[in-house]
Amino acid sequence: MNLFRAHVLVCGGTGCTSGGSSEIRARLEKELLAKGLDKEVKVVTTGCHGLCEMGPLVIVYPEGTMYTHVTPDDVPDIVNEHLYKGRIVERLLYKEPLTEEKVPHYGDLPFYQKQKRVVLQNCGYINPERIEEYIARGGYSALAKVLGEMTPEEVIAEVKKSGLRGRGGAGFPTGLKWEFCRKAAGEPKYVVCNGDEGDPGAFMDRSIMEGDPHRVLEGMIIGAYAIGASEGYIYVRAEYPLAVKRLRIAMKQAEELGLLGDNILGSSFSFRIHIKEGAGAFVCGEETALMASIMGQRGMPRPRPPFPANQGLWDKPTNINNVETWANIPDIILKGGDWFASMGTEKSKGTKVFALTGKVRNTGLVEVPMGITLREIIFDIGGGIPGGKKFKAVQIGGPSGGCLPESQLDLPVDYESLTGAGAIMGSGGLVVMDEDTCIVDVARFFLNFTRSESCGKCTPCREGIKRMLEILDRIVGGEGKMEDLDLLERTALVVKQSALCGLGQTAPNPILSTLRYFRDEYVAHIQDKRCPAGVCAALLVYRIKPELCRGCTACTKVCPVGAISGTRKEVHFIDPDKCIKCGACMERCPFGAIVRG
Amino acid sequence: MTKLKSLDDLRRLREELQKEVEARQGGETQIIVGMGTCGIAAGAREVMTAILEELARRNIKATVLQTGCIGMCEKEPLVDVVRPGEKRITYGHVTPRDVPRIIGEHVVNGRIVEDLVVGRAN
Repeated sequence: MNLFRAHVLVCGGTGCTSGGSSEIRARLEKELLAKGLDKEVKVVTTGCHGLCEMGPLVIVYPEGTMYTHVTPDDVPDIVNEHLYKGRIVERLLYKEPLTEEKVPHYGDLPFYQKQKRVVLQNCGYINPERIEEYIARGGYSALAKVLGEMTPEEVIAEVKKSGLRGRGGAGFPTGLKWEFCRKAAGEPKYVVCNGDEGDPGAFMDRSIMEGDPHRVLEGMIIGAYAIGASEGYIYVRAEYPLAVKRLRIAMKQAEELGLLGDNILGSSFSFRIHIKEGAGAFVCGEETALMASIMGQRGMPRPRPPFPANQGLWDKPTNINNVETWANIPDIILKGGDWFASMGTEKSKGTKVFALTGKVRNTGLVEVPMGITLREIIFDIGGGIPGGKKFKAVQIGGPSGGCLPESQLDLPVDYESLTGAGAIMGSGGLVVMDEDTCIVDVARFFLNFTRSESCGKCTPCREGIKRMLEILDRIVGGEGKMEDLDLLERTALVVKQSALCGLGQTAPNPILSTLRYFRDEYVAHIQDKRCPAGVCAALLVYRIKPELCRGCTACTKVCPVGAISGTRKEVHFIDPDKCIKCGACMERCPFGAIVRG
Repeated sequence: MTKLKSLDDLRRLREELQKEVEARQGGETQIIVGMGTCGIAAGAREVMTAILEELARRNIKATVLQTGCIGMCEKEPLVDVVRPGEKRITYGHVTPRDVPRIIGEHVVNGRIVEDLVVGRAN
């Protein structure tokens, strides 16, 4: 066996792959061969490192040197300088945005320092397509412990002690859910992994399935043992082809080693997993709709009770947990429920993975202890708002969540405090917005999403969301009335209280939270016919400041509708009736004479 | 791979597989080879290869690093050995033939190979 003195980790997450990481890998192998280093330097494709903003990423061990924005043409330098001569390629290092200081070591980045990686501990560190690396890192030891030393009841007791709550959004205690299903009458029993991540801007579950698929499988096998299930389903959307591929590879490897299938590790416990690819409907993330979809029916929710624990797949007891929930299980078993409960707040234990997107410097995937503040996530880890803009709001929990303003940034992140503030934990999407974002337009964006994704089964959701969207359309179109705000609020509450499933019940949250924190902006749209952020086209007026206009005629040449008149060296004028508010003139004007307001 | 039939099988497999990720965890002892132009010209590549072969043959866990020129070009190839909590010992004019001694004596047993030492530092 060769001794590899260095490992070069190339990120193979979806972000870095689309940035060309497979070409980087091919080039690395070619250059290493050319230099005769192929027997001592190993190239490893890993899952997502989280710092997607800086991708494609390459990390060289044993030093732990991280290279950012790597292109195939940078590879010769990495091989000749770093791997051959031991000289770090300075120009590819991460640069601290504020101090411009270069950070050579991956662990020293502020982005990683405030994180606590439990679920993501292997993501970006191991090759997800090799079970050997997962096992070398202690993988499947929790399963061995469970089968060798613990009764199903003891497993459930440990999970209950940990205080783990569902990471899909609702936050139901996981141990309790398992207990209900274990005690329910009926055979066979099923466990389901919900990988139908559908919130715009969320990619936590995808990254876990892509970066450490065995962790999800191990969690499910342990859960099946505790509940007494013999069959499992992973419901993952077909838009996640890489996740599906890696899960299939992982399942095949686990079966070959006897960690999945009949008589796992020589015990009497047998368990099988099937993958069900979903067609990408948002409502299929709701558990009863998800089960309908697995059974080949149309993905529509049904009233609960009966709960899946009693009547789930094919009317048999079924336990459904989200990807991240399952991925937490192996460490809870290995390190104990007390260890897990030592992280987080009184009622929300452990860590949470967030997908950080929008107007923030370090977009990417972060895992933080519960109880951290939103300010720490956005400013310390996320690096703040780019381009010197001001923070305006953060949408947490996707289309079911709420929009929180600056005043709520010191809120500790846990299930109760977020619900109290009008948002929800949700699955963990965080969309950051700056001062150029119009809040009414944001609410409208999410409503438009839930309107398209509503399955249409119950009236409050089907009709209510559409009516609310019409009101928002009126407001951004400059035709809103003050009474609209009351009507909007009333409709939102009706839908929230009467819709059949979680999709409808939470769809009004973006409206309710923005009305609560940003009412002024709604009023500005209605009364002053003004969009403070300068986004809503119908409310914008472009005009030329006569004192600044030099009559250069540059604007008249770019105006696509001929709305600007004036002769050379004379002050120009924009005809508001002809103007389509495209903003081309403002961008073109060399004197800053055109203003929007 | 053969099916695992018991918990012990899994434990044994895990121990065997440790090498898979070892370089990413970093060994306790560091061996640093001077890979400046001077080092390479004096034969540092061959020394590096010999070190890797010897470590693999003896199944020893150590981190192998390279470094640039430190100014003692005259004495290249230079190899440093740093055992945890001990002084950094620099060996000079190292040839592939010296490698088994450095590893056997110093890396494994902690006995410095005095006749090759050209420097010591904290």
